[in-house]
Amino acid sequence: MKILVCMSNVPDTTTKVTFAENNTKFNTQGVQFIINPYDELALTRALEITEKQTGTVTVVNVGLADTEPNVRKALAIGAHEAVRINAEPLDAYFVAEQIAHYAKGENFDVILTGRESIDYNGGMVAGLLGEMLNMPSINVITAIEIENGIAHLERDIDGGREKLDCPIPFVASAQKELTEPRIPNMRGIMAARTKPLKVLEPTGSQANTLTTSFELPAPKGACKLIDVADAGKLIELLHTEAKVI
Amino acid sequence: MKIIVFAENQDGNFKKSTFEAISYAAQIAANNNGNVTAVSIGNVSAEKLAELGKYGADHIVSYAQEVFHSFSGEAYSKAISHAAKSLNANLIIVSNTYSGKTIAPRTAAQLSAGIVSGVISFPDMQNGFKVRRTVFSGKAYADVNVNTSIKVLAITPNSFAILDQPKTAAIEIMDAGIGSENVHTKSTEIARTSGKVVLTEAELVISAGRGMKGPENWHMIENLADILGAATACSKPVSDMHWRPHSEHVGQTGITIKPNLYIAIGISGAIQHLAGVSSSKVIVAINKDPEAPFFKAADYGIVGDAFEILPLITEAAKAFKSQQA
Repeated sequence: MKILVCMSNVPDTTTKVTFAENNTKFNTQGVQFIINPYDELALTRALEITEKQTGTVTVVNVGLADTEPNVRKALAIGAHEAVRINAEPLDAYFVAEQIAHYAKGENFDVILTGRESIDYNGGMVAGLLGEMLNMPSINVITAIEIENGIAHLERDIDGGREKLDCPIPFVASAQKELTEPRIPNMRGIMAARTKPLKVLEPTGSQANTLTTSFELPAPKGACKLIDVADAGKLIELLHTEAKVI
Repeated sequence: MKIIVFAENQDGNFKKSTFEAISYAAQIAANNNGNVTAVSIGNVSAEKLAELGKYGADHIVSYAQEVFHSFSGEAYSKAISHAAKSLNANLIIVSNTYSGKTIAPRTAAQLSAGIVSGVISFPDMQNGFKVRRTVFSGKAYADVNVNTSIKVLAITPNSFAILDQPKTAAIEIMDAGIGSENVHTKSTEIARTSGKVVLTEAELVISAGRGMKGPENWHMIENLADILGAATACSKPVSDMHWRPHSEHVGQTGITIKPNLYIAIGISGAIQHLAGVSSSKVIVAINKDPEAPFFKAADYGIVGDAFEILPLITEAAKAFKSQQA
C-alpha cells in the first residue's frame, strides 16, 4: 500500500491574525507554524493503515524552505519519506497541480489531504487532485478501512453520515473523527534526521486567482447586558430589536 | 454573462442554499446583461424543478439519468461541466455545502477554471473580477481576483438573501452521456438525523459548552432549540469529552457557521471557538464568568448560572412562540 499525505504549513490555532504590507500579506512575525491539524490526522491514519498491512507513507508539501521543520516533524511522527515542492502555495489550483504533477508517476494507492487548511479554509485540493489524477475523491471522511483493494469509508454529509465503498486508487480528505493525532517520540525525532526529504522544483504553472488584500472584521459594539432576573427579556429583544427571531 | 447554478436537492427537494445561490446568480445576471441556468442533477419532479424559476432562473436543465440517482462527485461534476460547455457558461455558482465542496473543484479542474470557495460577496467586475471570501475561519476576509475566462464560485450558505424574482423558465432534460463506469464510489448507507435542523444551514443555533456540566443536562439545550426551531452546537471540549457528537463542534477545527442568531451557553469563547462563529449576525453569550472573552464578541450577554437562566429563557421562548402561532 503506497499512501501519499498532502500537508500544509499553517499558523497555530491560537494565532492573533494580523496583516502586513498595507494589508496585502499575512503577518508571520511571531507566529508559530504547525502541520495543518486535519493533515496531521490524515498522516496518523495513513500510518495506522500501513502498520496494519505493509506499505509506505510519503508526505508532500508545497512550500518554501521555511516549511521544512514541519515536514521533518511529519517524518518524526512516522512518515517514511517526504517531498517538498519548492514553491509558494499560491492558491488551491496551483497546489493541486504541483502535487498532481509529482504524484502522476508514483502510483499511489491512496492520497489523503485534510478537509481544509485552517488558514485559507478552501477545502478544494482533494477534489482538484482527484480530477487531475482521474481518481474519485471523497470529502470529509471520518473512518477508513482498506481490505483487498477496496476502501470502506464514512463521510459527513449535510445533516448526517454516509457509508461508502471505493476501490483504490482514490483521494480522500480527513475530518476530525478519523483518528487521534500522534505525538512524535524521541526515537521518531532521531530517525527523522536521516529519512529522505526530497526537494523538487515546481512545474511552470501559474496561479489563476490572486489574493489582493485582507481585512479584519469591524470590532463588535458593546455587549448589551441583561440581568439574570430579566433573562426572559432576551427573547423579546431578539424579536423586536435584533429582529432575528 | 452566462451563469450556471448547481441546484442541489436532497431526496427530491431543493435546499435552501440552492435558492440562495439562484437568487445570487440572478442579481449578477441582472446587472451584467446575463442569464441564469439552474442545473438540477438527480431525481426531481417537474413541479419542484419549476420552483427554481421563482428565484430568477431563466432556464432549467435537469440531468436525471440513473447514474445520478445517488450522489457522486465524479458524475455530478461532469454534468455541471457538460452544461457549462453546452451553454458556453463563463460563471459557475455552487453553494459551499458538503456536496458543493465535492463538485466545485472537480468542475473547476475539468474546465481549467479559477475557483474561489467561501465567497461572501457579489463579484466586483469594475476592474477584472474580484470577490471577497472568509479566511482564518472567519477571523479575516480576503479579496481575490480571478483571472481565468471561466470562473467557479462556491458561496457560503446563509450569506445571501433568497429573493422572489419569478421568471417563466423552460425545463430542458439533458443527457451528459455519463455511464456507470464513470462512478467508482458506491454508497452503502445514508443516515440522517431526521427532524433536526441541519447545523450548517441553520438560521438559529443554540450552542453550549462545559458550563452545562455533563451530557445529561443537554435536554435543556435541545428543548430550547426545539422551541425556537434552532440547531444545536457545542464547543471543542464538549465534543472531545464525547458529551456531544463531533458533527456539532463549531470553531476553527470544527465547522464554521454563519447563522442569524448564535446563543452560546457556558462557553468561555476561546479564540478558536470565536473564529468559527464570529460571522453570526447576532451573538448572545451566557456565562457565569463576567470576564469570559465571549462577552467581547457578543451583542447580548447575561452574566449568571446557566441552570438558573435557561428555564427563564425557555419559558419566555415558549410564550413568544404561542403568541406568534
